[in-house]
Amino acid sequence: MRLACLAVLLSFCAPLAGAFEIEESRQYPANGSVTLRILSTADADVFEPIIEAFQDQNPAIAITYDVASSAQVMTALYEEGAQYDLAISSAMDLQTKLANDGLAQTYVSDATGLLPGWAKWRDQIFAFTQEPAVLVLNAQAFTGLAPPKNREDLIALLRDHADVFDGRIGTYDVRVSGLGYLFATQDSRNTESFWRLTEVMGRLNTRLYCCSGDMITDVARGELVLAYNVLGSYARSRLADTPGLLVVEMDDFVSVMLRSALIPKTAKAPGEAGLMIDFLAGMNTRPALAEETGLPPVAPSTKEDESVIRPIRLGPGLLVFLDTMRRETFLRSWTSSIEQE
Amino acid sequence: MSAAGSPGSIRRRLVGQLALVAALLSVAFFFSLRVVAERATEATQDNILAASATSIADAVYSDAGEIRVEIPYSALSMLGTVSEDRVFYRVIVDGRTLTGYDDLPVPEGRARARGPAFATYGYRDDTFRAVVVTRALSAANQARRVQVVVAQTRLGLAAISSRITTIATAIGVAFFLVATALSAFAAQNALSPLNRLAEAVARRGPKDLRPVTAETPTELAPLVGGLNGFIARLGSALTRSEDLIVEAAHRVRTPLATVRTQAEVVHLQMEKPENRAALRQMIRAVDESSRSAGQLLDHAMVTLRSDQLETEEIDPAELLRDAIHRLSPTAELKDIAINLHLPDTPLRVQGDPILLQNAVRNILDNAIKYSPADTDITVRLTPGSPCRLHFCDQGRGFEAQDIARLPDRFSRGSNVEDVVGSGLGLTIVQDVARAHGGTLEIAQNPKGEGACVSLVLPSY
Amino acid sequence: MRFLLVEDNADLARALTGRFALDGHVVDHAACLADAELSMKTVSYDLILLDIMLPDGDGREFLRRHRAQDDPTPVIVLTARSEVSDRVGLLDLGADDYITKPFDFAELEARTRAVMRRLGGAAGNTREFAGLVFDSTTGTISADNWTEQLRNREMRLLEVFFAAPGQIFSKSHLMDRLFSFSEDVSENAIEVYVGRLRRKLGASEAHIETVRGLGYRMVKRG
Repeated sequence: MRLACLAVLLSFCAPLAGAFEIEESRQYPANGSVTLRILSTADADVFEPIIEAFQDQNPAIAITYDVASSAQVMTALYEEGAQYDLAISSAMDLQTKLANDGLAQTYVSDATGLLPGWAKWRDQIFAFTQEPAVLVLNAQAFTGLAPPKNREDLIALLRDHADVFDGRIGTYDVRVSGLGYLFATQDSRNTESFWRLTEVMGRLNTRLYCCSGDMITDVARGELVLAYNVLGSYARSRLADTPGLLVVEMDDFVSVMLRSALIPKTAKAPGEAGLMIDFLAGMNTRPALAEETGLPPVAPSTKEDESVIRPIRLGPGLLVFLDTMRRETFLRSWTSSIEQE
Repeated sequence: MSAAGSPGSIRRRLVGQLALVAALLSVAFFFSLRVVAERATEATQDNILAASATSIADAVYSDAGEIRVEIPYSALSMLGTVSEDRVFYRVIVDGRTLTGYDDLPVPEGRARARGPAFATYGYRDDTFRAVVVTRALSAANQARRVQVVVAQTRLGLAAISSRITTIATAIGVAFFLVATALSAFAAQNALSPLNRLAEAVARRGPKDLRPVTAETPTELAPLVGGLNGFIARLGSALTRSEDLIVEAAHRVRTPLATVRTQAEVVHLQMEKPENRAALRQMIRAVDESSRSAGQLLDHAMVTLRSDQLETEEIDPAELLRDAIHRLSPTAELKDIAINLHLPDTPLRVQGDPILLQNAVRNILDNAIKYSPADTDITVRLTPGSPCRLHFCDQGRGFEAQDIARLPDRFSRGSNVEDVVGSGLGLTIVQDVARAHGGTLEIAQNPKGEGACVSLVLPSY
Repeated sequence: MRFLLVEDNADLARALTGRFALDGHVVDHAACLADAELSMKTVSYDLILLDIMLPDGDGREFLRRHRAQDDPTPVIVLTARSEVSDRVGLLDLGADDYITKPFDFAELEARTRAVMRRLGGAAGNTREFAGLVFDSTTGTISADNWTEQLRNREMRLLEVFFAAPGQIFSKSHLMDRLFSFSEDVSENAIEVYVGRLRRKLGASEAHIETVRGLGYRMVKRG
């Protein structure tokens, strides 16, 4: 089946006449006539094992896997009506908006019925991973320092050791990263400490990143001592080959991002898309695949609102931070806090 | 099955009407429950919508003369707590959309001043419940009018409504079933005194004319009263007529005896055959009338006693011996011998001795009457349960076509016109047999000429 | 025989007395219980015929009183009441038999005979003709060395002839005595019974003779 794995790099090339940007596109041909077109925010390398496993089960379905940023996914589907059969995104707020504004199809199956209530919305959005936001530390740089347990600890640590941390803290540039914005807004909702932390980080000349991968790389290299709100799944997958990394889950709360899939209204192969959703919903029954991809599947045992591990709730609440005025206000506050020139 | 409009069964009518009432109540209950519950859920949705819009309106502020809004997280998240409905919002300042979906219609409800106005409308291929909250705000010394519209689909409402419909249907049906069952029970219960009364009256023998004493509810008291009054009148009428018959019979007997004896004396002294024939006819008429009167009285007595049977232990052998003893002088007049065959084992019958004597006497009387001179009458008592009192004569027997109807009142054989008889004899026997739980069997004598009559009585 | 008839209806009493006289019986008539008591003190009766409803009392009282005094005179009650219960009650009170008005005289005779027979026979009830002794209570005829039992009708026939030996009785007269009024029989039937009686009388001196055209009479053979 590997022969089907023909990877084509199509950087900055739009398959349709749309203006949205596709970072990468891979084709997985099959002997059938149906092609399942997936638009995803997940790296093609990360997702490839899933596609291969899916094609093992459904050899007749050819797959086109296009990678784009969450904002581009939104643009493609919301504004340009691009034809995709499945949209996979880590931007829960944008997925919610797509469903709320009537751009997603309803899908019900036995597999989706087994998903916990917090892992789906309106039978249109289906979460298949739960990925926490974590603190990544450089162990070497932290010698002699106790790793912070919660955000208050972190604030105190940064204040007390400004010499260690100045210019060596990383976090998302929430103006650029949808996921960073999601984590930041959830932080602001969950704790009073968020704005103080942002100000402290601003005073320490925090470096801003677009992606978790870069932050982890910089921490590993020792350029950063600490990276805040890094996608835990990526960090853990790097632990094995990157010595000196320390992953800390805060004990006040941990925002958990749910990677989700939905079938756009414009889908031409909604049946095949449904098969993929069933496959993704059943990820927790394939630990090997979860291991290979580094994507922790939705665990039905996780309880919403009960522990510090809090899956971000799908639903209209997520629309609040997408409000243009709210976003503008939030970004203005954040910018003024993080850039204290 | 009763035709429409006919009174039919009270019970069925009662149950039917109660069931109809129950059905109406069920339907009314169903609709009112649905209306109330749906109003309540609608009101709940309205309240949440109003709270959402109000909290957004409260978050509108002016910043250096510019109107801004910071939509609280809870304003929209609260709408997602109960259901997974789609949510749209729009903030309008002086008619210009500040933020949100600028195609979202503004409800045009005539709400109270400053209160929220609601509307239900179609939007983006769905039905929405929407609210608008209006606020006046002063910015840069200018009065600004802020409107916050929040709209939500009615998916949750529909789900709740269908659940309520299911529950209301279930409760309605259950109510109907229970109410109908209770109606049936209640009707049964309410009518049971009537049934008891009917049973009490139906159980009575035809001559039981005691007043009805069955316990009856007050509603039935007039009926029972009327019934008892009627029974009393019937009873006294019957008693009067019975008394009259008995008295008349008695009064007529002595003069008849005089006439008969005189006629006999004269007859013996008459020589002319035509005079003798006339006298014979006269005597036969006297005999016939006295015999009929006797049997009528017997029959009345049997009927009376049958209804209030006073039984005692009777030896049927003794019964037969007595009756034969009593009637043998009559039989001897015709040189008829009555042969009695009794079993060795003693037998016991529970019965009214006077009735049984009467029955046996009637059978023997008939046998003697219809037997020619110089013949035998065989009387046999067959033991067993039931035991049989068997009478066979060598008379003219019965015509086959008469056998079934002979025990009927005043029914006589078709071959007996020459013999005096009333036709009541076998009726009396049959009545007595029935009163004792036995039967009367009539057959041709299997040994040639004559008839056989069996009185079959339960014995022990 | 001598009977006491206790009956308040004078017409019936007269008729019955006349009827009994035809058979050669003597009947004293008492119209009330008091008369009856009086008669019984002076005469001994073979049989009492007792009515129940009498002007000065109930016949049943009279019956009970006499039975209590161990008076053995047989009593046949003449009753106008026909209910079985009444009849049974009468027997319990000590009546030997009862007969319901109106009655066939033959039946009264038969019952009287039955009562007499049961009580052992009244003395002087046997009659003799030409060496033949006839006991009308038991219905037997006997001569020097033989006895013959007569059947009922034979006996009643012989009784007629014994009442007036030598007298000619017409067939119709004999039939009146033998057959009830309810029986329709031809006059020839009498010949059957005369024939039977002749056979039974066979060995004796008494003989039933046919008088052609007139009837029969009993004569001494020879």
